[in-house]
Amino acid sequence: MEKQLLRFYVNDQEYELFINPKTLLVEALRDHLGFAGTKRGCDTASCGVCTVMVNGMAVKGCSVLAVQVSGMHITTVEGLEKDGKLDPVQSAFLDEGAYQCGFCTSGMLMSARAFLNETPAPKDGMEIRRGIEGNLCRCTGYNSIVRAIDSVAQGKYREGV
Amino acid sequence: MIHDFTYLRPGNVKEALAMLAEYHDSAKIICGGQSLLIIMRQGLVITEHLIDIKGLEELNYLSYDSRAGLKIGATTTHRTIEKSLLIKEKYPVLVAMEEKLASIQVRNWGTMGGNLAHADAAGDPAPVLIALNATVKVGSSAGERSVPLEDFYPGLFETVLSPDEMILEVLVPPPPAKSATAYHKFNLLESDQGIVAVAVSLSVNDAGICQNARIVLGNAAPVPIRARNTEKLLIGKKLNEKIFTKAGETAGEEADPVADIHASEDYRRHLISILTRRMTKEAWNQACQA
Repeated sequence: MEKQLLRFYVNDQEYELFINPKTLLVEALRDHLGFAGTKRGCDTASCGVCTVMVNGMAVKGCSVLAVQVSGMHITTVEGLEKDGKLDPVQSAFLDEGAYQCGFCTSGMLMSARAFLNETPAPKDGMEIRRGIEGNLCRCTGYNSIVRAIDSVAQGKYREGV
Repeated sequence: MIHDFTYLRPGNVKEALAMLAEYHDSAKIICGGQSLLIIMRQGLVITEHLIDIKGLEELNYLSYDSRAGLKIGATTTHRTIEKSLLIKEKYPVLVAMEEKLASIQVRNWGTMGGNLAHADAAGDPAPVLIALNATVKVGSSAGERSVPLEDFYPGLFETVLSPDEMILEVLVPPPPAKSATAYHKFNLLESDQGIVAVAVSLSVNDAGICQNARIVLGNAAPVPIRARNTEKLLIGKKLNEKIFTKAGETAGEEADPVADIHASEDYRRHLISILTRRMTKEAWNQACQA
């Protein structure tokens, strides 16, 4: 096994790692760079707690080799907050109490953010539910999560409103 | 725990094929890896070399013309197919299939070539593509060849690919006039694999008679299979409720499903019957209106 040089961006900051090529993206983020907001759950691309954005797309960090994102831009939950201000989805999750144990929250926030970037005006709750289809939550029953995402889509957290 | 491997990243298809020629069965190809990494972690796949073709933009394309049909490059992601307006117009069943394939995250990274090469009988694209009479173009450093997708899977988790070959493209012929394809998978979790799946493609002639039928059963045998007895039952007839029901029964009989934690053999046959009846009816109604 020959180690590989990986240069990529996490939350707009450039990083360089020299790693075993079998390192998963979630391992590179958590174990090598300390971005522990991204969780590790089922390891079989089922639960979605490891969801991060790669070049703006939601992907599961447990099912991507870190070396495959060479040169790409990763956003983790730590990157949602900008200049000390929470992302609207974070504020909405707080206001709606859209979490309980919190384990799914990071992944859920990333899927919610990616979904709203692609679909700023979802037609209905069903479309929101489909947008978070790859994320399991065993506490909330999803209603509060859907409400939170909907409130962002409705413009409740828009600047100056 | 994934076993160590040597990571190789070819810069183009030619380099990838040269690597395959050199390392042969000591190498595996990874593209999106949405299936491969899971079974590597489970220790089911151990490889000395891993050739990463995810970044090969050369194979990342969709194109359509009315004579050749639709070409899908091997590294095209599921999400690209799902979002394609062109595919939505020409092959709406492919968009409907993609929307139910795993989850958004998996579709964002996983690719068509990777899915087909993984050769899981419960995979979504193969039954639909076989119903659409798709062909797979495979390449090696010695040249290219085309294989009808229905002949691509000799056995459970097996393909006809030689160790030095890889999938380059999927070719879907243009849909015949007055034809339609319907697909449904039965699963308990929305983003899960199908317990069984049925794809039905029908064409109707000017006299309102079923001219051609391709019925493909997913996860109903070790590989996706054509339900040929069921097809024969439909061809040359004006279809009605009685025939839809008979088609369902026949498909249930000619399937060869396993029993597992998700469903017994009998239950799978039952589901195949119901889905074949419904999908035949749906495809028939759509084809008659086309």
